[in-house]
Amino acid sequence: MSDAAIVYPGVAAPAGTPVTPHNIPHRGGPENPSASALAGQFKDAIKRVDVVWGETTVVIDPARLLDIVKWLHDDPSQRYDFLCDVTAVEFRDADIPLEVVWHLRSLPYRRFLRLKAELPKGAPLEVDSVWSIYKAADWLERECFDMFGIKFRGHPDLRRILMWEQYQEGYPLRKDFPLRGRFSRAEQLRQALAQNPEARYSMDELSIVEAFEDLPADMRQRLGRGEKTGE
Amino acid sequence: MGLTQVSYVPESQESWVATKLDFLVNWGRANSLWPMPFGTACCAIEFMATAASRFDLARFGMERMSFSPRQADVLICAGRVPFKLAPVIRRIWQQMPQPKWCISMGACASSGGMFDNYAVVQGIDTIIPVDVYVPGCPPRPEGLLYGIRMLQQKVMRERMSDTSIRNEMEPDPSSRLYIPAPTIDELSEPFGNSVQQTRSTV
Amino acid sequence: MADTRTLEVELSTTGLDAQGRPQRSPLTVASYPALEPDFADEHMLINIGPQHPATHGVLRLVLELDGETVVRCIPHIGYLHCGFEKIGEYRQYNQIIPWTDREDYLNSIGNNIAFALGAERLFGIEITERCTVLRVIAGELSRIISHLVWLGTTCIDIGAFTPFLWAFQERERVYDLLERWVGARLTTSATRVGGMAADIPDGWTAALDGFIKTFPQTIEQVDRMLTKNGIWVGRTVGLGVMSAEEATNYGLSGPMLRASGVAYDVRKDFPYLGYETYDFDVPVGTHGDVYDRYLVRMEELRQSVRILEQALARLPGGPVNVDDARVILPPKSKATSEMESMIHHFKQVMEGPRPPIGEAYVVVESPKGEKGYYMVSDGTSKPVRWRIRPPSFVNLAAIPKMVEGHLLSDVIAINASIDIVMGEIDR
Repeated sequence: MSDAAIVYPGVAAPAGTPVTPHNIPHRGGPENPSASALAGQFKDAIKRVDVVWGETTVVIDPARLLDIVKWLHDDPSQRYDFLCDVTAVEFRDADIPLEVVWHLRSLPYRRFLRLKAELPKGAPLEVDSVWSIYKAADWLERECFDMFGIKFRGHPDLRRILMWEQYQEGYPLRKDFPLRGRFSRAEQLRQALAQNPEARYSMDELSIVEAFEDLPADMRQRLGRGEKTGE
Repeated sequence: MGLTQVSYVPESQESWVATKLDFLVNWGRANSLWPMPFGTACCAIEFMATAASRFDLARFGMERMSFSPRQADVLICAGRVPFKLAPVIRRIWQQMPQPKWCISMGACASSGGMFDNYAVVQGIDTIIPVDVYVPGCPPRPEGLLYGIRMLQQKVMRERMSDTSIRNEMEPDPSSRLYIPAPTIDELSEPFGNSVQQTRSTV
Repeated sequence: MADTRTLEVELSTTGLDAQGRPQRSPLTVASYPALEPDFADEHMLINIGPQHPATHGVLRLVLELDGETVVRCIPHIGYLHCGFEKIGEYRQYNQIIPWTDREDYLNSIGNNIAFALGAERLFGIEITERCTVLRVIAGELSRIISHLVWLGTTCIDIGAFTPFLWAFQERERVYDLLERWVGARLTTSATRVGGMAADIPDGWTAALDGFIKTFPQTIEQVDRMLTKNGIWVGRTVGLGVMSAEEATNYGLSGPMLRASGVAYDVRKDFPYLGYETYDFDVPVGTHGDVYDRYLVRMEELRQSVRILEQALARLPGGPVNVDDARVILPPKSKATSEMESMIHHFKQVMEGPRPPIGEAYVVVESPKGEKGYYMVSDGTSKPVRWRIRPPSFVNLAAIPKMVEGHLLSDVIAINASIDIVMGEIDR
């Protein structure tokens, strides 16, 4: 049996104790020291550093993403051990490229860093997956794929997570996706009701399950044709 | 939607035994409705609060929550139902044996609520037949209890000679919709403020 | 593993046939003649949910079982996906506040606060002293009611029914307080950009004081019932263990992370609302199992009461809303008589307040963990992107790791210990 240890922060707050930020300027202000360390380490891969509302954003070249994130995770002076979020932003102005955003946190040094990569809209939307470094990226990247259609290279199991896997209407958070969807309500309902709620496996799950070989041949064929299992 | 063939004896001609039997059966059913709480979101929390000590569903005979649809009488859909959940609620409704009723609790279950977007079913009455709608976001426990009272009164008014009320509504096998598609579109149309709110900027 | 096979066995009916009538199918292996009927190495597939009493919402877990032991767990979510982030792009900042209620509906007012902090960061507004302390009070009350739901539902899942009734009775008392303040029990929409929807009414502080004085007795009651109870300990110790490194790498936060030994609490490490000026402790566990998470949350309830006492003692007078005509509606008497106020009112209601171009990621310590709101503004009154960083989403992703090797009934206990809210996970 264990007892939860209670941490006492001490009577007098030592120097460097974090405080609630006040009077944060819109632009400018103290920069996260990791930004200049990054600029020193990866000179050409860093395109821009912004400080907006007290948060440092580093815009990087997407091709160097894995190197940069791995360095931020492993380097003893950086130690960004906590991945808060992986998400994307599409602006209303169609000319601005799609931005993929990573929010990293260093728990030992109490720092917060935002990394951005810009993906132009004409090319296929692809970027490397940071799953090999942070396991937290698993579902976060799946959601980003589901909502924006961005493929994360190297993700073990990239499939839709919030919408059902045969969802036809597209990627909901894109700006060209209308608020109420592309199809009429009756059509949306028809497609939704055509799912099989008792399907034990989807094709993607089965392909990573070792038991696929042992299924009867006709079942494997039916699954290969996209039929639903279970009934 | 064609006319349903209704066959029952007019009330003035019902025999004394039949009316007393009706009363007995209805009284038994109304006062021991076993709910199937299909709770998804915030309304489910208010449903749990209704079942807890202060508002107490047990005094209505409803404290035995049946999470298996096979043993349930009334499906209380508490919360928003997205399209991904639609076949699940349809399947659960079909698994419930007659006699069964449905209470749509909250604005989202009744009409889609504030979620007039690509993801949410605009009212579960487009998927399953609903007996009582309880408005609110979420409805207060008193509101839910009022809806349950209305359902009890509806149950008390039922008559055994009316065979149409126990008909299972069958969906069209090809489209799986149980009401025609134009009706669904009409029910789901935005109304009020929602009509204007498709602009993402001013 | 080479000679194990996964055999689908129907544990309930096989569903309905084309006419909608239940099909009858005998539970034998005869329907799969190709396979040899050798049960010794076969795994079973079980589906839990999405409609299930113990999944804390519409979560679906597909478990591959070897007897009673879980070999694999595949969670499916999305059954409550309602397009929150999409609709955030079609609503003004104050109009998004009711949406934040419905997303993590157990911590409604906490979400309101988090969003208002984020919007105020985007606008560059500093809220008043009174508003700061009121938000701390509201946030801690929200933490209490969220943990009480966790307590009640976890107890039901593990089999203890009575603490559920005690927990919900206490929740009713907090609901009374919230109803007196903002008018709603659950979906409060209590904050606005730059302030609160309303100031506290007369007598509210006395009622809160009454709650603070009597609530610890309930915590003690539950503690006496459960903490050294042989059944409870037997059902929770050693389950779902996550080490500190694993927990950090999986992005766990809140009591899940602290039970594993990592002392990360946003209120201490990245303070907001002046939390560094309050005297409270952060409970940190050692083993990272379900029992430690229970102890951490119980201790957090006591610490929340401590913060509430301090906040109540220091509640200052003064205005609740900031005096900024860009975001705060002028009082009606001025709006109907002064031209400038009328124009401000008109612009705010019709167009909505417009922040400068920028972005902000504001993080609070929700009862579930690190709750972040990332808002990107392009200068218009509706955000370009409203991203919710849901703690339960990232916490739940670790469930396949946590349940492997445990028994089927342990899956329910581990799931309960994560304290998920599907509204937040699926948004």
